[in-house]
Amino acid sequence: MIKLDNVAYSYGGGALLSDITMSFAPGSFHFLTGPSGAGKTTFMKLCYGALLPTTGQVSAFGEDMAGLERDGVALMRRRVGVVHQDCQFLDHLSLSENILLPLRAAGRQTSEAEDDLRELMAWVDLTHRADALPPELSGGERQRAALARAVIMSPDVVLADEPTGNVDWEMSQRLLRLLTELNRMGKTVLVATHDLSLIRAAKAQVQARVLRIANGRVQQAGADL
Amino acid sequence: MSLADDLIMLVRGDAQSDRVVPPSGFTARLTVFAAAAMGFLAVFTLALSVAAGRLADNWGSELARTSTVRITAPADQMPALQAEVAAILESTAGVDSVRTLSTADQQALLTPWFGSGLDLSALPLPGLVEITQATQGFDAQGLRLRLEAEVPGAALDDHSQWRAPLVAAAERLRSVGWISVLLLGLTSAAMVTLAANASLAANAQVIRVLRLVGATDSYIAQAFVRRFTLRVLLGAFAGAALGMVVLRMMPAATDMAGFLSGIGFEGAGWLLPAVIPPLMAAVAFVATRIAAHRALKELA
Repeated sequence: MIKLDNVAYSYGGGALLSDITMSFAPGSFHFLTGPSGAGKTTFMKLCYGALLPTTGQVSAFGEDMAGLERDGVALMRRRVGVVHQDCQFLDHLSLSENILLPLRAAGRQTSEAEDDLRELMAWVDLTHRADALPPELSGGERQRAALARAVIMSPDVVLADEPTGNVDWEMSQRLLRLLTELNRMGKTVLVATHDLSLIRAAKAQVQARVLRIANGRVQQAGADL
Repeated sequence: MSLADDLIMLVRGDAQSDRVVPPSGFTARLTVFAAAAMGFLAVFTLALSVAAGRLADNWGSELARTSTVRITAPADQMPALQAEVAAILESTAGVDSVRTLSTADQQALLTPWFGSGLDLSALPLPGLVEITQATQGFDAQGLRLRLEAEVPGAALDDHSQWRAPLVAAAERLRSVGWISVLLLGLTSAAMVTLAANASLAANAQVIRVLRLVGATDSYIAQAFVRRFTLRVLLGAFAGAALGMVVLRMMPAATDMAGFLSGIGFEGAGWLLPAVIPPLMAAVAFVATRIAAHRALKELA
């Protein structure tokens, strides 16, 4: 699915990430943790082609990201659903329009898509907020909507960057349940979070590999988590 | 996506896709206004160019077909000399017709300048004989020499001395008109490019979100291209329509008013301004498309 081969990323002269070699198998669940500023978001961006590595190679679905044209990256992103840290909605569009945006951009907005939307809205429990504008939503609602938008194209991989960063414990558990459900559907899920209690809670629900970024390197976390 | 695909998308339209870029009221109104002003000016420039061309053609063809023989002689000898000149002219190859101007004809010619109460006998006017050339024309130099030899005081004026600079001036005015139309087109392109760049910069976050969800450059550019093309089409249509109304309200062309009242279109020529709005929209389409793709490349 997504493979990193001897990847390093430097920013402002300093190496933020280095010597990363790993792959994410289909249907697997991963947590990526580490302190703020460790490079979790950079790692996620490398995985969906928003950044290219300084050295090494990142490939998605067998294709080297560095070799993709901009439209090639766009097509790749239709197979990778991203839940961004700050959700990133178009504030002038309603919630349902925002969730439909990936389908619209791909030219796949059909009557079936409307059915998918209704199902998704019900899945994330936002049916009653379909016509609301993003600024009118609470943090939890925004995160659930971002998750719905990330999966409406039925992607193979879901990348969630700090999806529970701005929500309370109850909401973070709710989001976790949605992510594990996606994994049970066969999606590869990678969740970046600094919230260790979320990872501990997830262990009861899903078989997850926990990765930790420390000193620019990604390591398998120990049993202490 | 190719240019042809973009054109098809432009015509077909996609109301939902258009909405991905938030509405920008002030920029939109300015673009429409600027396009309307350009459309209005383009109609007038086009009318000026067409009128200048018409004038050049008229002066070139009508005046080239006529010449005048001017006879300077005492009044009592004038009728005989005029008859002698007319006889020479009628026997000259390439002359279609000859007309001796009477005192009444000369009075009519001078009335616009001196009024109707002019006593011509008080003025030392030359006798005039007007020549209309046949299609093949005549040998002006040969005729000039023959008149000088046979009728002292008779001089041939084939109008070439003053016709040439007038025709050249009208031709130049026509060229200036077309250059102005071209400049208006280029200015429209520059205006649309600036507005599109401003809009793209203001919507950098929208572009980031669209990229995040897998939108291609063509999809993103299309939203901007369609918006600016339609704004320019609307503005140019309004401006061109207003320009045509104002042209219709101008006084009709008369010999007295000359060139100034002749600015406008004739017959099917009124269809010419209808080309302006689609042409400006095409310019906007190309300019926005180039600006959008360049900006998207820079934002990548």
